[in-house]
This record gives sequence, structure tokens and C-alpha cells, in this order.
Amino acid sequence: MALLSVDELTVTFGARGRESKAVDGVSFDVDQGQVVGLVGESGCGKSVTSLALMGLLPDKGVKLGGRADFDGNNLLTMSRRELRDMRGSQMAMIFQDPLSSLNPVVPIGIQVTEILQRHRGLKGEAARKEAAHLLDRVGIPDPARRLKEYPHQLSGGMRQRALIAMAVACAPRLLIADEPTTALDVTIQAQILELLKELVDEEGTALLMITHDLGVVAGLCDQVNVLYAGKVVESADRHELFAHPMHPYAHGLLESIPRLDAPRGEPLKPIRGSINDRIAWAEGCAFAPRCDYYTMECLTGTPALTEPAAAGHQVRCVNPVREPVEIATLDAGDATVTAHGGKNA
Amino acid sequence: MSLLELNDVKVHFPIKKGLFVDRTVGYVYAVDGISLKVEAGQTYGLVGESGCGKTTLGRAVLRLVDITSGEVVLDGTDLASLPDKDMRTMRRRLQMVFQDPLGSLNPRQNIESILSEGMAAHGIGANQEERREKIRAILAKVGLPSNALSRYPHEFSGGQRQRIGIARALVLEPDVIICDEPVSALDVSIQAQVVNLLDELQEELGLTYVVIAHDLAVVRHISDVIGVMYLGSLVEEAPSDDLYAAPKHPYTKALMSAVPIPDPTVEEARERILLTGDLPSPANPPSGCRFHTRCPWAQPKCKEERPQLREVGEGHRVACHFVEDIESGLLQIGTERAAVVPAARTEQDAVEEAVAKSAGTKAALEAEDAEAMADGDADVTPADARSEAEAESETESGPAASDADEAPASDADETSASDADEAPASGADETPESAAPAETAPAETDPAETTPAETDSTESAKDSSARGA
Repeated sequence: MALLSVDELTVTFGARGRESKAVDGVSFDVDQGQVVGLVGESGCGKSVTSLALMGLLPDKGVKLGGRADFDGNNLLTMSRRELRDMRGSQMAMIFQDPLSSLNPVVPIGIQVTEILQRHRGLKGEAARKEAAHLLDRVGIPDPARRLKEYPHQLSGGMRQRALIAMAVACAPRLLIADEPTTALDVTIQAQILELLKELVDEEGTALLMITHDLGVVAGLCDQVNVLYAGKVVESADRHELFAHPMHPYAHGLLESIPRLDAPRGEPLKPIRGSINDRIAWAEGCAFAPRCDYYTMECLTGTPALTEPAAAGHQVRCVNPVREPVEIATLDAGDATVTAHGGKNA
Repeated sequence: MSLLELNDVKVHFPIKKGLFVDRTVGYVYAVDGISLKVEAGQTYGLVGESGCGKTTLGRAVLRLVDITSGEVVLDGTDLASLPDKDMRTMRRRLQMVFQDPLGSLNPRQNIESILSEGMAAHGIGANQEERREKIRAILAKVGLPSNALSRYPHEFSGGQRQRIGIARALVLEPDVIICDEPVSALDVSIQAQVVNLLDELQEELGLTYVVIAHDLAVVRHISDVIGVMYLGSLVEEAPSDDLYAAPKHPYTKALMSAVPIPDPTVEEARERILLTGDLPSPANPPSGCRFHTRCPWAQPKCKEERPQLREVGEGHRVACHFVEDIESGLLQIGTERAAVVPAARTEQDAVEEAVAKSAGTKAALEAEDAEAMADGDADVTPADARSEAEAESETESGPAASDADEAPASDADETSASDADEAPASGADETPESAAPAETAPAETDPAETTPAETDSTESAKDSSARGA
């Protein structure tokens, strides 16, 4: 059985009559040692999903629906007390902005040992030692000195490492990373992604990766879920998804981003309109107003998740795209041949 | 002569201390001696990480910050020494598009007022009516409806606001537009729209751009020449195809290899140079070469002598003492400074199975195509298709096949059967084909043997330039 199994999760904000569904029936599984990606643009509900799983949404004005089973227990119906015991020890979260998620007036050391005290009962010297070991583990040089420093004294990459150290302090079985590298520079991003990969490989931690960056997904995630307007529109293994994106949105996204390794000079192929141009899922496909392939059939209720081509490749579209991404195939072909040649040489 | 020329431009911000009397205790060397040329009608891209001084340089060109020393020559006039009054009239020819489209538009002014303010200041259009006509034309050009005139910034989406920012620059008919992170605040699907708009406008109006961004893929897409900045100075400058194909400076190499590419196959076949540590403080820059503290190839000389930009190829300038030695392999990468993550990190069975599976699907598709073209008999086609398009996947699926001959073969069977009914033969042929590369695979995936990433990029660039020509 999957470690985390999310089934038809819905999150509704607002009072009666003026409700808006931020997450609209999202289902996915995360297995032990697996990296699962939730990808989408701003407003697609990816961060709200993670907050709902961690029980970090406010009680008032929020309605949760569906199930989220972590190890057989539904996270959504757990008491605050139970959740508090879970968070930090069983599941932990890494946030986007490391500066605003660390307490600015408390030294790093105290923030790390706090978790060790709460969940592992470590105190005094033992806790300090363990904290230093954790900072060392995530690649912070001179951990003993860093423990005494305040968040503003660390660089952005170092802060994110400290946050990761706090998240892995109790060897959680599930890590949720919400845009962990968005605020960082590319060279630092590469370091952090490498660290996350290591943690997953060595500790067998399950990782739920929330990001808008398809490049990050391509290098890290085993299974990818593409979200649009609160629903999963495509879900597949990463190789399958990048080779044959079938939902027009996923397909369009891959065609619209400039690639470092693609031939230059061609105009990009953007997706029309913006996320505001959408219809309610109840009336049809929310993506239809921006879609190049839409037919009248798209306006007759919510399309179901189906597996039109390969097993395990789910698409929520009545009219899925059959041709592969143009730029990507052209280039992937090139790259594979040259990589092969390069290795033989 | 170049339209815009920067000669040894320096911008140093004083660090002040003291309660009553400001004492200057030091300087932040934000921009520290930059010389570059921007040709008319071209796009010059400036890339670098946060804190490298790229934004300050852009603002210095417009004299939005004071230039400490050096020259900024626009069309023969040195802007750095121009009196403020003359500079103000000069700014019509130099416009800027800012990163945050909401923050750079006054929320209490409607679009007409925002766009006509600059025109009135520079005396463009005899009266408001004339200006309004012009604004309508520009709005149409940037893809906004003309009813936008009476609306306010908050009524627009992020992409539309950036279009307003571009329109504001365009109404003054500038020669040079400096775009500071023009798309980084926008969603991926919207980025492409704005990038295309910039491209179209350049073609139509013959504009010259200086694009400042941290996203290498975007910069490479729109720029003709790219300058890479590190800690206030240029470390490399090259035509954008060259820069990706053959980055010469160690920093550029690391930067290029760190940019994720949205393609799992390419990602796995790439080698990465992981830099350790962070950007040093520009208030206290390292001696000698600014990059020597993080450079995996650093030598004693780098600590003492600051390298100057020198020409190493056509239009390709690099500031590094040891470019040639690194190129020829005389200097080897020092592993204590940087971790090299070798290509093909697909040890896990799960990943391998996935690769084998997708390979099967793709092979089936290829087989379909090949069959349609009807060249060769059924026994050969799957092999051809695989060797041409799936060469990389083969090396990865190889070990999987040797581990468990049954599993990938049956996977491939399933997928090809469901995917391509017309090519039933391909499924049956899959078994010997996928087992065969297993013998050669281990030798090929030896990471120590070669540096595939480099050979890779050189060749793919050759390909792309060939395609361009």
C-alpha cells in the first residue's frame, strides 16, 4: 500500500454562496522512496494541497473533502494533537522562502534542537551534537559556529539547507517540498536538488515535490501530476510524460518553454490567454478556452481521467494530443545520438 | 560604430557608518569595470546570479544610479558626463522595462495617463488627442484592447501588465530598451507570449535590447550576444549559440550545467559541475580572479592576478588565465572544490523499468512509422528505429534487461501491442534487441572515461548551426 494516498481531496475557501474551490478532487499516491511531483502554474492549487496535507490551513473559512491516508490514517480527520505528533516526526515540510519560514530572532541551533526535543526527547549537549551533525549532513560547513548564528547571517542557500536539516531531523517518512528552489540561484538550486536526491536515495524518504519548474521535475520526479485549476489533468511517469504529453495543457507547457539545448531562432509556441480564462469544471474542461484542440464535447461536463495510450498514463481530456512535443523530440533525438557517440569516442 | 558602448563602467556604493557624521567605511563593488558593445538592432543578454550586479549595470546605463567612473556612450554621446537636464531628454532614446509589472505601474493612474505622461514630458504629440491615437496604435501592437485606455493596472493580469510596461517604453520610440527580468514574474505559459512579443517588436521596429535576466534559457532564446557576469565583472562574452555550445569560463560551465532541462533523457545523460559555497560579498571581493574561491580549476596565479577579458575566438571573450589549459585538459578539475555529478544516474530499478517501458512504447511508434514508409523487412525495422532514436535509452535499459530479461521484454510487449496493432512483429523482436545492448552497456556508461556533457553540447550546437544555415 502507498505511504500517502490522497483520494478526491477538495479544499473550498470562502463563506457559503461565495465559495471557491482551490483544490477540486485531486488524487495521487506517494510510495516509500518515491519522488512524486505536483506541477502547475500559480493558482492551480498545488500549494494548497500541500498545506491541507500538513494540516496547516486555518480552521475557519476552509472546507476539506475527500481523504488523505498516511499509513492508513486519514490526515484530514485527525485531531490537532495527533497531527502535532505526526508533523516533524513522520512527515515534514520544506517551504519556498527560507527567510520567512525561519524565526528571525532565534539562532539556528535552537530552532533545530527544538524539533529534536519535541519529537526525540534529546536535551542539552546530546541535542546540540545531533543538531551539528544534521547541519553537517545537509552540507553546511562549520556547523558548530553556524548553530549560534541567526537566519539573517546565513546565505539563501544555507538557509534552505538549515530548513532541510530541520525537516529531516526526525527522519520523517514523507517530505513535502513546496517550491524548495524557486527563491535560489541556479547553481545553488543544483546543490539543493542534489541534496534532496541523496536524502531520498539513502534514507528511502518519500518526497512530494511541488514546483512550477518542469526542468526540476524532469531531473527529480519519478511520477508527475500536472494540475490545472485545481484538478489533475495529466499523471504519468516522467519519461512517459515528457516524451508523450497528451493533455493539451501539458503539451503546450512543454512547447512554450525555451530550452537551453534547443535550436535558436524559432519563435516560442505560447499557450493562449491566461489562467483567468477558464470555465468551471462542472460545466466542462477548465482549459477549453485556452485550448487549440477544443470541440463542443469539451463543454459537456467534467472530462474523466482516462488512460488512452499507455497503462499508468492518465489524461483528463476528451481529445488528447497524439503527436509528441516538436522541439523536444527533435532535440532529444539529437542529444541521444550525440551522447551515445560521445560515450563511444 | 556600436550604438551603445560601455567603457570600464564602475558603480561603487559607499557603506556609511556613524550617527551624526557619515563616514564612508568601505564600498560595495556592485559593478567593477565593465566594457561591452551593443550593436544596433541586436539583443545583448546579461546573465548572472543574484548579487552579480547585472541590474545595477542596467540602471547605470540609464543613470538611475550614479556611475562612479567609466563611460556609457550612446550614439557618440557620453551619458556618464552629461548634465542632468540633457540626460533627461536623452532618456527618450533609452527606456526600461521593469521586472515587477505591478510595482512599476502607478495604481492610481489609468493606462492612458501612464502612457501619455512620458510623451507629454518629451513633447511627443501636439495634444492629448494625438497622443491617444498613438497610444491606441501601440496598444494594438503589444496585443491589448483599446478599451484598456481608461482602465487601471489592477484590472489586468500579470502578462497584460508586462505588455503595458513594454508599451510605456515603446510610446517614446526609443533606440534602446533595457529589459530587467522582463518575464521572471510571469507564469511559464505567459512567459512565452511576452518573449515572442519582444521578438516581434524588435523585428518590426528595429529595436535594440539589453536583456537582463537570470534565466539562461530565456536569455539564450532572445539574445544575439550574451555576457555572463560574476561579482561585478564580465567573465565571458560570446554569441549565444557559442556560449551554450562551448562555454569556456569555469563559472559559465558550472552555470550551464546547473540549468535544468525539461527532458528526463537529456537530464540523465548530462554531467553536472556542482559548485560549492555561495557568492562572496561584493563589499569584500576576493583578490585576483573574483571566481577563484569557488573555481574547481583554480591555480595560485588566480589568487594574485585579476584576469582581463581577452579574445579567444570570434566575438568570444573570456576572463580566465587558464582557458586554453582547461580546454586542452592540461588542467584537471579539482574535486575538493566542486562535485562532478556524472551522467546516467539510473541505478534504481524503478527508473530503469520506466526507461525500458517508455523505450518500448517509443520503439513501437517508430516501428509504425518505419513500416508505413515500407523500407526494409519487419525483422530489421525495430532495430533501426531503436538505434536511431533510442540510442540513449538503450544504454540505460541495458542493465535492466540483464537484471531481469523477462520484465522489460514483457513490458515492451504490452505497450507495443496496445499502441501499435499494425506492428505485431516489433513486440516479438523486442526480446533479443533489448537483451543485446546489455553486453556493451557497462563499458559505455563508464563516467570516468569521457565527459559526455561537453562532447554533447559541442555536437548538438554544430547540428543546430547547421540547421540554422
